[in-house]
Amino acid sequence: MGTSLAICLRELKSYFTTPLAYVFIVIFVAMNGATAFFFGALFDRGQADMTSLFSMLPWLFLFLIPALAMRLWAEERKSGTLEFLMTLPITTFSAVFGKFLAAWIFAGFALLLTFPVWITVNWLGNPDNGIIIASYLGGFLLAGSYLAIGSFVSALTKNQVIAFVIGSAVIFLFLMSSLDIVLAVFRGWAPVFVVEIIQSLSFLVHYESIVRGVIDIRDLIFYVSIIGIFLFANVVVVDQKRGA
Amino acid sequence: MSALLEVNGLTKQFGDFTAVDGIEFTVRKGEVLGFLGPNGAGKTTAMRMVTGYLPPTAGDITIAGFDVEKHPIEVKRRVGYLPEGAPLYEDMTPLELLGFVANVREIYRPDRKRVILETAERVNIQHVINQTIGTLSKGYKRRVGIAQAILHDPDVLILDEPTDGLDPNQKHEVRNLINEMAPTKSIVISTHILEEVDVVCSRAIVIAGGRIVANGTPQELESKSRFHNAVRFRISGKSSDLETTLTALPNVAEINVSLDEHKRATITAFPIEGVSIINDVNSCLRDTGIIAEEIHVERGHLDDVFRNITKDTQDKINGN
Repeated sequence: MGTSLAICLRELKSYFTTPLAYVFIVIFVAMNGATAFFFGALFDRGQADMTSLFSMLPWLFLFLIPALAMRLWAEERKSGTLEFLMTLPITTFSAVFGKFLAAWIFAGFALLLTFPVWITVNWLGNPDNGIIIASYLGGFLLAGSYLAIGSFVSALTKNQVIAFVIGSAVIFLFLMSSLDIVLAVFRGWAPVFVVEIIQSLSFLVHYESIVRGVIDIRDLIFYVSIIGIFLFANVVVVDQKRGA
Repeated sequence: MSALLEVNGLTKQFGDFTAVDGIEFTVRKGEVLGFLGPNGAGKTTAMRMVTGYLPPTAGDITIAGFDVEKHPIEVKRRVGYLPEGAPLYEDMTPLELLGFVANVREIYRPDRKRVILETAERVNIQHVINQTIGTLSKGYKRRVGIAQAILHDPDVLILDEPTDGLDPNQKHEVRNLINEMAPTKSIVISTHILEEVDVVCSRAIVIAGGRIVANGTPQELESKSRFHNAVRFRISGKSSDLETTLTALPNVAEINVSLDEHKRATITAFPIEGVSIINDVNSCLRDTGIIAEEIHVERGHLDDVFRNITKDTQDKINGN
């Protein structure tokens, strides 16, 4: 655990010593505002809530989170520092977890920087702050599961662009799996339970219920499981790739 | 003295290609083992397995009594490793990097600052300790790499080409550092600079085609050279008399004569199987009444041995 923390701290520090952190935060916050106002019609809806911001979040994260995750392993492999890192007395899991944790904390920090919108809606009206807090939690969990996928994909390649594109594509599939266009492909031939499983894997379904203010233990388990499964796969890939 | 590092039957295959083929060696405390071999001989692959980065296909490695595969963390705690090319986090400063390593290696917290500064001074990077590693010269980067390897005062130190890319002064410093640390550690260095073997190694292993083709002290290796005990001297002009007498000596295999621009001849007499021929050559000179300058007995050229041993293996691999 101590070594995970050391790795996490090193990663976090490196976000801020490179322009990465600043570019990410500025773009994230600006696009969050832009999408909330233009697509989500924050003011025109005439309601004091943050639904317009949080409904856009899964789509904004779709390309911003893979951009954050793509370097996690691909960069280490490319620059050769993976050898330095993996010959330190740490387990593969603590390296995977430390890196993931750093990216997740950073994403959470960026998410918190949308707080001016929260202040604004509170100033303009009386929103249900419980729902907003639940939405932040939902957004944070969503970022975590995107990151776990992105980190796993990053471990597969030394090319960051490939890591980004494939990461986005995998996340996109998870997002879309509840939509009819995807399910229709399976409905024709697959048994009903398979279609239901595919539907239940959708980030959107689990995210939307949390954003509505309903924190269901099943949704939390879903996100924690996704994170767990992909981090485990990440450990396997890092170990396997090292051997070849 | 106990062997801190023991390697038995170590083999690594990448698909059909055998990079390391059943190598064995031990390194005791106080020994500095030189790993020699042409590029692609399997030196780096062997070192990566010893440090627990690559899992071996077969064979076992024991460091301070711990098996690398069964107890990787225990092993890694006791090993300091400079990977080939000294890859480092370029966006950090040496101070931050050493701080990170101290953190991961759990160096006793109140001592950390002192240990980091002392190590930095030891490898002479104290002036650049707050500069981003990416902006440092190759020599400094290499020394930062060495600093992270010795920070925790490991029992076993594995250095993959520690002096590669350093200028002569820096090479000298690094060699001094290795000599200074040698008595309390087991050190393995890989290099293809042969003079380094003479200066720092107590024993050397030559690897070619993934196999150990020679193993001995630098002196033992040198004695395999055709230059071992060869006698070289200079005379003021060509003398066919002397050449004939020298060639006729029973222990002389052949002689080599080269003339310089002042018509002075440098003669090298090679012995048969490395026996001492200095006395024979001396009496020859006395008998012919020729005055020789700069008589010199060669110890043997490591690069000559190296070339011979590794070339044979390379030829076998190529099927010639």
